[in-house]
Amino acid sequence: MAATRKRKPAPKKIAKRTLKPKGRAQPRPHDGSIARIKRLSEAIGVSGDESAIREIILENLKGAAAESRVDALGNLLVKCRTRGKTSLRVMLAAHMDEVGLILMLPGSDGLWKFGTVGGINEQTLPGKALWIGRDRVPGVLAVKPVHLVEKDEAEHPIKPDALAIDIGATDKDSAMALLKPGDRAAFATPFRFERGVLYGKALDNRLGVAALIELALTPPPGIELWAAFTTQEEIGARGAQVAAYALDPDLAIVLDATPAADMPMWDGSENTAFNTKLGGGPAIYIADRATVSDPRLVRILDAAAETKGIPHQFRQPGSGGTDAGAIHRTRKGIPSVSISVPIRSPHAPISTARLEDWRALVALVRAALDHLAKQGLREG
Amino acid sequence: MGFRLPTLLPSAIINGIMNDKALSEHVKDLLRAPGLSAFEASVREVVAAAWRPYAPQQTVSRLGSLHALQSGTGRSNRPKILLAAHMDMVGLMVTQVEGGFCRITEIGGLDARILPGQAVVIHGREDVPAAVVLPPAALLPPDRKNEIPRLRDLWLDTGLPETEAARLIRTGDTASFSQAPLDLAGGRIAGRSLDDRAGVAALTVCLEELAARPHRWDVIAAATVQEEETLGGAATSSFALHPDLAIAVDVTFGAAPGLPEHKTFPLGGGPTIGLGPNVHPGVHRWMIRAAAKAGIKYALEVMPAHSGTDAFAMQVTAEGIPTGVIGIPLRSMHTAVEIVALSDIKAAGHLLAEGIGALDDGFLSKLRWE
Repeated sequence: MAATRKRKPAPKKIAKRTLKPKGRAQPRPHDGSIARIKRLSEAIGVSGDESAIREIILENLKGAAAESRVDALGNLLVKCRTRGKTSLRVMLAAHMDEVGLILMLPGSDGLWKFGTVGGINEQTLPGKALWIGRDRVPGVLAVKPVHLVEKDEAEHPIKPDALAIDIGATDKDSAMALLKPGDRAAFATPFRFERGVLYGKALDNRLGVAALIELALTPPPGIELWAAFTTQEEIGARGAQVAAYALDPDLAIVLDATPAADMPMWDGSENTAFNTKLGGGPAIYIADRATVSDPRLVRILDAAAETKGIPHQFRQPGSGGTDAGAIHRTRKGIPSVSISVPIRSPHAPISTARLEDWRALVALVRAALDHLAKQGLREG
Repeated sequence: MGFRLPTLLPSAIINGIMNDKALSEHVKDLLRAPGLSAFEASVREVVAAAWRPYAPQQTVSRLGSLHALQSGTGRSNRPKILLAAHMDMVGLMVTQVEGGFCRITEIGGLDARILPGQAVVIHGREDVPAAVVLPPAALLPPDRKNEIPRLRDLWLDTGLPETEAARLIRTGDTASFSQAPLDLAGGRIAGRSLDDRAGVAALTVCLEELAARPHRWDVIAAATVQEEETLGGAATSSFALHPDLAIAVDVTFGAAPGLPEHKTFPLGGGPTIGLGPNVHPGVHRWMIRAAAKAGIKYALEVMPAHSGTDAFAMQVTAEGIPTGVIGIPLRSMHTAVEIVALSDIKAAGHLLAEGIGALDDGFLSKLRWE
């Protein structure tokens, strides 16, 4: 992993100036990143209602964007302030939305029935707490006490339709007084950062969003860089599809989070279906269900990582999909690749990830952009 | 370690009755303290501090239960009543550390189906956050679908590298649900360990009320240990204290859709008064009379055999003790999101105080089976 080629150091002056939020004391970069990830993780942004995430991003990019707009699907498209002549237009995409619940109707007992949004892990719903709506009203998914569960009943999963959200209301009117149909609910999980480990909800994909904010704040010179904070990825990469059409980039890199199923096997045999591993660095996609990555981009990422000594891993090809699935098929085709932070327990109330993997993802994308700025899609 | 008195300041008490806000804060203080069965030290500190203004004479039993005496005004050889609410809670225990993961077993009875996705804190050399994870089907035995989580298939994921996990965690460390208390609408609270910290809070209400109200009998409030495992705390405390009457204050099944009506009780409908072999009929009648006299709404809870409370152990202590059971309706029992109505906690405490206020020197001589 030794560096085979010396590179010019990053232009520090430019970086400093663009990093600085206007009129505010400069926070220490480390604290700033964690605080930003915490805020993003704890915000509610279930697919189709990503406004809370949009607001946080806009606040963080204040003064750093050359241009920004919100399109018909709610995508936030930000043109970065780039120095130098640019020949290549690059789209960096990170989806803002998370899986969650949407309120349907309260019953006469005051309990809210709900629908699920995206591929939420249904097994993780029973007995969990929620934040609901703009006012973050607390509620819980109460279950039958274990003492009253019959043996054969325990052999069946508790399906979402058998659950309801208890906010303390006792009838329809008191339920409707606090919330309304269509309000989104997310897991009520306070974010924690301890011993280098990130614990929180919606790390898929607020880690990608936080990485994209870092990159947009300090864009590499020589590239027309568009940061696309997309919507509705969890229900079919719908935001990315129109964002890619509108931006019409030369290539796209998607920043996301991907499962790490790297726990031991039940019988102690070798786990060969881990997908990715925590601590192994960012995971480069070769193929998933929705995309075969552009091989040149895969090799450029790999080479950039090797050159700079950045830890990285290849995601085991297989199932799953990212915004790249929609982007690469847009217009006449857009060379695309995804790179993800490995996280355990995605689409669940609490996921775990390592800060070192997230940092390495930011560093690796930056290194790849440096290469692209100089050589485009030409390798070597 | 010093005791703290964070919430029960006299200013929070109006006309001798703890106001709703003070009660709510007190309950939430109790919920925040960990304390799985046999590891109750931290919650004991919180209970001791809350009870000290009303019952300063306190002892700790050999097994860790807290006893707090509030002296009566009766003759010198006066009878005494034991009020028991358990302060331990259900949770998990580490059975094996492997890499950054831990295998687990349960403390108290848990439905494994509520565990995946649960945030916990492992109480190791230091507190370590972790998540309960059910592995994907490919990592489980081939004859099993991953649709039904089983305790033996679950891992605690610490997110830590192997060396860090090995340094911090050992077999036998407990893990408690990581769930901050939630204020729900309608004066309800949700969180972990309301079973039976709600009962502990009801004892606080009772002690507070009795402090301003003369009563003949000695009252000993006990925050018992290990109820969720063996009832060992109540059994040994009732032996050591040798009370003339013993009342268990515990939670009972709250009514909810899909639950049998005859086994559940509406939240906000007042406490339940137990009836069955675990309850002395004279004690039952005394509690009913107290409720009726004070106009306290309650529900009758018929308990066919085991009451599922400390009363089961206390009743057969030494030569036997007349026992009673007060229940506080609770939804979602043995999860991180148990729900109670504060009004039920308050009414349970008030009912106890009313009953104790009515106990006279001749009560025991009139107490008999029919």
